[in-house]
Amino acid sequence: MPKAHPIPRKSFISRNPSVLYFLAALGLFTAIVALLSEATGAGLISTSFVKTLGKTLCLCLIAIAMDVVWGYCGILSLGHFAFFGIGGYAIGMWLMYARTEIIVVNSLSGQIIPPTPNEISDAIGNQIFGVVGSSEFPLLWTFADNLYIQLALVLIVPGVLALIFGWLAFRSRVTGVYLSILTQAMTLALSLYLFQNDSGLRGNNGLSGLQNIPGFADSGQDAVSIVFFLASALALGFGYLLFAWITDSKLGSIIQAIREDESRARFLGYHVESYKLFVFTITAIVAGIAGALYYPQAGIINPAEIAPIASIYLAVWVAIGGRGRLYGAVIGAALVSLFSSWFTGGGAPNINLGFYEIQWVDWWLVLLGLTFVLVTLFAPNGIGGLFDKLVRKS
Amino acid sequence: MSSLLEMSGICKSFDGFQAINNLSLNIGEPELRAVIGPNGAGKTTFMDIITGKTKPDTGTILFGDENRSLIGMSESQIAMLGIGRKFQKPTVFEAQTVRENLAMALENPRGPFSVLFYKKSDQGTARLMEIAQETNLTDHLPRLAGELSHGQKQWLEIGMLLAQSPRLLLVDEPAAGMTAHEREHTTNILKKAAETRAVIVVEHDMEFVRRLNCKVTVLHEGSVLAEGSLDHVTKNQTVIDVYLGRTDVRD
Ligand SMILES: Nc1ncnc2c1ncn2[C@@H]1O[C@H](COP(=O)(O)OP(=O)(O)OP(=O)(O)O)[C@@H](O)[C@H]1O
Ligand SMILES: [Mg+2]
Repeated sequence: MPKAHPIPRKSFISRNPSVLYFLAALGLFTAIVALLSEATGAGLISTSFVKTLGKTLCLCLIAIAMDVVWGYCGILSLGHFAFFGIGGYAIGMWLMYARTEIIVVNSLSGQIIPPTPNEISDAIGNQIFGVVGSSEFPLLWTFADNLYIQLALVLIVPGVLALIFGWLAFRSRVTGVYLSILTQAMTLALSLYLFQNDSGLRGNNGLSGLQNIPGFADSGQDAVSIVFFLASALALGFGYLLFAWITDSKLGSIIQAIREDESRARFLGYHVESYKLFVFTITAIVAGIAGALYYPQAGIINPAEIAPIASIYLAVWVAIGGRGRLYGAVIGAALVSLFSSWFTGGGAPNINLGFYEIQWVDWWLVLLGLTFVLVTLFAPNGIGGLFDKLVRKS
Repeated sequence: MSSLLEMSGICKSFDGFQAINNLSLNIGEPELRAVIGPNGAGKTTFMDIITGKTKPDTGTILFGDENRSLIGMSESQIAMLGIGRKFQKPTVFEAQTVRENLAMALENPRGPFSVLFYKKSDQGTARLMEIAQETNLTDHLPRLAGELSHGQKQWLEIGMLLAQSPRLLLVDEPAAGMTAHEREHTTNILKKAAETRAVIVVEHDMEFVRRLNCKVTVLHEGSVLAEGSLDHVTKNQTVIDVYLGRTDVRD
């Protein structure tokens, strides 16, 4: 008979203390920002910086999704920013439509003969699609007047696209570099399509004015920004819990097994493709949500945002932060994206070497590349890995 | 002893090289069978074909009471039918603990959603402890599989195989890299497993095969050269010429 060992059955939190620490840190950070912001507090943090921080939280959310799909399951997807962008476009369509509708209705209300619905619709179409020489509403905009449907599309479109793409790719057992190239091709195709003027999404103009929330014109950006900041923090908190729960479950163990040796997992009876499809799809949906929260804070979305390079950055953040640990992805995404906006936004002082001036706008990428190389060479587990070592020592 | 696996007329060539040549073989249930043969005889390929990793060019493979054909089934389907495998090179999931490795192998539903909502059960844990005991891994359960010694990895893999509760176990070179003492224990595990199921063991070590004390099949150039007791096949002149006389026999 086996020895009577007590069955180790600890609660989710005691198995994953980092979840608690993370949520506490996130809560504290959110409270401090709210207390120092212009709308709800002392006004020490400018509205534009609140937006930057809110956007950073959204990037952290897509980074943990990337960590699950790449760090845990071993699928180096170079397509998750496409899902992020789709989420942004889906909500952006409603934002643009509803706001334009309000403006158009207001401006037509002065007329003696009340405008017909057709006239209103034409005027909205003109406003939105004038830049690409059209006034017709494309098919894509069928539900743009309905917030709830567009919100549903934030989840549905990335989910269905990931499901179809993933099914085709995983079923034919495309793995490794080939899969990465395939996901990158998908991203490129989507972005090239969006660049076209007749894409129905205003070509390279993208969607703009997204920071103006229809019906809240009087509220002011300081209030809007803090609401989106809080919503982003909430989404990141829930996303973190969701992914921590998934990776802690037995499924988490299986997807790591798939990362290590997928054919071995098959011989244990696991249908590897279903697992990959599940992970690919759920992370795509979370990426869509992150995008839908990001772009109203950014104010504008255009096809360049979806270009393959964005998805590559995403992988770099996760690698620098440390794959296979969710807080690593958060650290990587937050640090790199904040440094990136500091360096490229003129925040960092240029260095004059006398014979040459290092301008960070140009040199930031070099610095980032060097950091990436150094981390890969000397800290293969990323910043999160160094963090782990410190915690274990103490 | 009823027949569990019937292979007949299996051929497989790789780029013109005939790795398996009209191979036919029957395994009963329960049965312990040793498969021996020189390097490149096709022993591993034979297991690849049964488990769906390699598709044979011709031939039939029937498994179980309903005589289901395995040809065309995926690896996971075949595994779910009750065929488990230990690889020649020990392959365990090194980044995970011994306990996690065994838990993944335990006989449980394999779909993503049932796995996501899976709750540990007392029977499951008891079974896991039993297997850990049997494979001398009880004290190593919380360790990462990557930290185990070569022999322990072999045991872990055998343990994972047992955890699957398969009807047919395919065990490729289980004693490689083990000390004499470890080998003896491995023999006992395999013999015990074969009391209730079919076990096919590929091994080069003659002493190991002798201790298994079972029917032996000699493979050579992809087909069966001789079959019978170890004493019977080792007296066979062709077997001596192609295999026993060669220097690559490790014993
Ligand atoms: N996927 C493959 N592609 C090409 N040739 C292969 C493939 N798999 C096996 N072979 C060849 O088939 C032959 C049989 O190989 P196999 O691995 O089955 O031998 P084995 O009996 O297991 O040998 P060993 O005792 O060395 O493990 C070898 O010559 C090998 O090179
Ligand atoms: Mg072999």
